[in-house]
Amino acid sequence: MANSNHTTRRTVLSLAGGAAALVIVRPVDATPAMLQAAIRNIVGEANVRTGKVKLDIPPLVENGNTVPMTISVSSPMTADEYVKSIHVFNEKNPQPNIGNFYLGPHAGRAQVSTRIRLADSQKVTAIARLSDDTFWSATADVVVTLAACTEEAI
Amino acid sequence: MPSALINVPKKARRGDVIEIKTLMSHIMETGYRHTASGDVVARDIITSFTCRFNGQEVFRADLFPAIAANPFITFFTTATESGKFEFEWIGDKGFSETAQASITVE
Repeated sequence: MANSNHTTRRTVLSLAGGAAALVIVRPVDATPAMLQAAIRNIVGEANVRTGKVKLDIPPLVENGNTVPMTISVSSPMTADEYVKSIHVFNEKNPQPNIGNFYLGPHAGRAQVSTRIRLADSQKVTAIARLSDDTFWSATADVVVTLAACTEEAI
Repeated sequence: MPSALINVPKKARRGDVIEIKTLMSHIMETGYRHTASGDVVARDIITSFTCRFNGQEVFRADLFPAIAANPFITFFTTATESGKFEFEWIGDKGFSETAQASITVE
């Protein structure tokens, strides 16, 4: 009886240890659920592959209130084969969306630039939808020294 | 006062890919900031930007609070004929602004 109690306690302890390890390890690897949901909203069940998209953003920014960003997609821009849209997401702002940009075969070059806000050091992901409804992505890490969005308004 | 800055080449050759730069002055208040007394500052952003050429849409963007103040957007289009670009910004609190630019294509 004492023996079985002992094993039970050991099992419980090791289980607890495993659970604690899971809790610690998870946030490092997994992107937050909100970001996943926002991406699913755009791509549905389609597979998102890495490549074709180039995300130009400074790796280190002093001011998160205005971060220049350029997204370009290497794809022909003809009536048969073109980039339909580009979607940009972030990991740690209050909202996962940054912007959706809709192009067409007429664009000539699949490239968009804008300036964004980043509330924290985080990953930025750009996903392009091509005319054959495949999705391609690029991700960049940005370190922000002064965060946006959260400071007090005057 | 809202004001737009548009940069479109005056002239282009037929088939050229041209760059269009646009800037609209706007606070882009995120809705996530608080005043010193703790009240939330209401969201006030531009939510949509559209560019049409001779009435046909060539570029459109959905904007979110993560777009910096005074939204600056650049994109490309192919010059096919002479005509007029029309730009439209729509946002919270009934914000609506337009701008135009003409191009001569040889």
